[in-house]
This record gives sequence, structure tokens and C-alpha cells, in this order.
Amino acid sequence: MADQSVAKAEKKKEALFSKKNMKVLTNPLSENNPITFQVLGICSALAVTVQMRTALVMALAVTAVVASSNVLISMLRKQIPSKIRIIVELAVIATLVILVDQILKAYLFDISKQLSVFVGLIITNCIIMGRAEAFALQNKPWPSFLDGIGNGLGYGWILMAVATVREILGSGSFLGFRIIPESFYAAGYENMGLMLLAPGAFIILGLLVWIQRTITKTVHE
Amino acid sequence: MLEHYLSLFVKSVFVENILLAFFLGMCSFLAVSKKVETSVGLGMAVIFVMTITTPANWFVHEYLLKEGALDWVSASFASVDLSFLGFVTYIAIIAAMVQLVEMVLDRYSPKLYTALGIFLPLIAVNCAILGASLFMVERHYNFGESVVFGLGSGIGWALAIVAMAAIRHKLRYSNIPVGLRGLGITMLMTGLMSMAFMIFSGIQL
Repeated sequence: MADQSVAKAEKKKEALFSKKNMKVLTNPLSENNPITFQVLGICSALAVTVQMRTALVMALAVTAVVASSNVLISMLRKQIPSKIRIIVELAVIATLVILVDQILKAYLFDISKQLSVFVGLIITNCIIMGRAEAFALQNKPWPSFLDGIGNGLGYGWILMAVATVREILGSGSFLGFRIIPESFYAAGYENMGLMLLAPGAFIILGLLVWIQRTITKTVHE
Repeated sequence: MLEHYLSLFVKSVFVENILLAFFLGMCSFLAVSKKVETSVGLGMAVIFVMTITTPANWFVHEYLLKEGALDWVSASFASVDLSFLGFVTYIAIIAAMVQLVEMVLDRYSPKLYTALGIFLPLIAVNCAILGASLFMVERHYNFGESVVFGLGSGIGWALAIVAMAAIRHKLRYSNIPVGLRGLGITMLMTGLMSMAFMIFSGIQL
């Protein structure tokens, strides 16, 4: 998915993709990742990562919502009175989430059933509100769009990293295909049930944050 | 009858803790759990708002949005299904309720109002609140159950954040690897806490 957006970016590179705009797009992927650095949107990051399929759909849904809500709010930024901006933002986001929910129900019904309440909870996903508040209210629609895509992908890759580990260790499969051969099970190998439960998600994400922060050498407290 | 409600209460506080089993409300959980006093304040506010909004959304769902819910207006509306408007309505109700609670507290109990301070407005975007309402709809609770579920989930959330704040307080004096400080260690500890809460699973009253 990341490759795709880079390819698209190169195709119509002009003033639209000036250095500053590219930075807006790529920054959230590593240095300023919404999950591991801004600590936003963790609520849903953990719940949907038991399987790769649900994680993938969730990542796409969030990317779509954050990019389009950033564009809409950025276009409305001069009209929104600052006192009631939170509720205006919520209304915009909730409308977009309803669209996503209806689309999922129409085309991917089984996944939408598995995601259950977590599709609705995209509304209160802090990434979307956070980007609207921190970026879209001060910037033009185009950079806001890039910022939305960047943050969506930054969120998405963490989601997929966690889901990969959990699905392989927890159910011995990847995207629903069995990858740990039957002979392993015959020899006494067992799936790690803990990975399918809540504590597994917390621990994997904790370790992932540790690795990423050690590599980028950021110190937080 | 009472047993059923008691069992639902225990289930929503311990067995299916909204934070430790469903990961809801993590953002404010991570951001606010640095000090015990502030997390007690936020915990109280969440209990309060959740106990009000879950039944409020139950009314909205039951009498406005559900398929055939508009039957009480006129029989010709019996086939109207507005449930696709759910998300936007629930979040609006929550935001409005938070505003209302804020105004009422300001007028009648300024002491509590100052104690809760900035946390009240933030609650509108706490996933746990919306999550409780969505679970209530998905599991087809009745009115009594939705009150108990809202209260129980709120208490469960408050319990988790206060416990975490106390642990983080102690943790300040320990020597943690640099990359693990902050978010990393908090996630690992939440994992251990969630494992501890799994002891309760299977408890039936």
C-alpha cells in the first residue's frame, strides 16, 4: 500500500509534491507516527489485530476517513466558529464513518460483522480528531489531504505489524492461509492462545514501540 | 431478576472490563494516568457521563432509530428504519449530554465542577463512552440492563486508570531501558494488568 502511494506521488510530481508536501506525507510513517509517537488512536489499533484481514480493512477505512475529513474540515476552516468547532468536526467525521460503515456492510459483510462496534468507533479515533485539530484547521486542503493519507498509512503499518505477529503466533496462519505446517502440530507445536486475547495485543504493541524508539533514538517521558 | 443485574454488573466491571478486554478509552488512559489525583477525577467524570449517556442512547435507539421504532408516532411509520443514522446521533447525544452535565454541575455543585475541570469536555471524544452505547445497541440490552452496563463499564474504566496511575507513580523511581520509557512500558504493564483481570473470566453469579 505504501508503495502504491509513492508510485502515484511520482507520477504527477510537480509543484503539488514540493519538498514540504512530501515531508507532510512521509513524516507520520516513521518519525512522527500517530500511534508510536503521538500516542493517538490506540483504542482500535489493538482490537482489530487478531487477524490480518480485519486489520487491513480497518487501516483502509481509517485512511479514507482521515484523508477526507481533513480535506472537508480544511475547506470549512474559515467558516467554522472556533467555539463550536469540536461538534462540527464530530458531525463531519460521523457522517464519513456512516458512509464507510454502509459500504462495508454492502460489500464486505462478514468483515463488517467481525469489526462490530469498532467501525463506529472510528468516530472517536483520536487520530482523526487530532489531525483535524492540529493540521486541517491551519492548512489548505491539499497538504491536509496528504497529511491525512500519511497518518492513515502510518497507523496502518503499525496495525499490520501487530496483526502479522498475532495471527502467525496465535492461529498459525497469515491472511487466513495456514503457514505453519501440520507436521509441526503433529510434533507437539501449539498455537499461542495468549496472542488471541487482549494481553497479547498490549504486549506486542509495547515491544514494537520499544524497538521503534530504540532505532530512532527518541526519548520520551 | 436482581441476580441477573448483579451478574451483568460484575461482568462489565471485571470480566469484560471495557478498557482491558475491549481496548476502549486507551487514548485518555495513556495520557492522563500519570498522577493518581487527576485519574481519580477523570474516572469519576467517566462513570458519571457513561451512566447517563448509555440509557439516554437507549431511548433514542428504542424510540427513534430502530426498525419500526417510530410506530408510536403513527402506524404508517412502522417500516421506517433509521438505524444507519446511529453513529451521528449517538455522538451528538453524548456531546450534548456532556455539555449539559457541565452546565448543571457548574450551577449546582461548583466544587465538583472545578474538581473535574478540563476533563469533562474531553470526555465527549473518549471512545469508551461511545463504545458503551454501541455495545448496548449490539447486545440488545433493555433499559435496566443499559443503566447497569453503563455504570459498570464506567466503574471498570475508572478502576483500571486509577490502578495504572498508582503503578506509574511507583515506576518513576525505577531504571527502565531508554527506548521503553513512556508508552512502551505502559503498554507492557497494561498487558500484565489485563492478564490479571482475566482471572475473573468465567465467574457467574
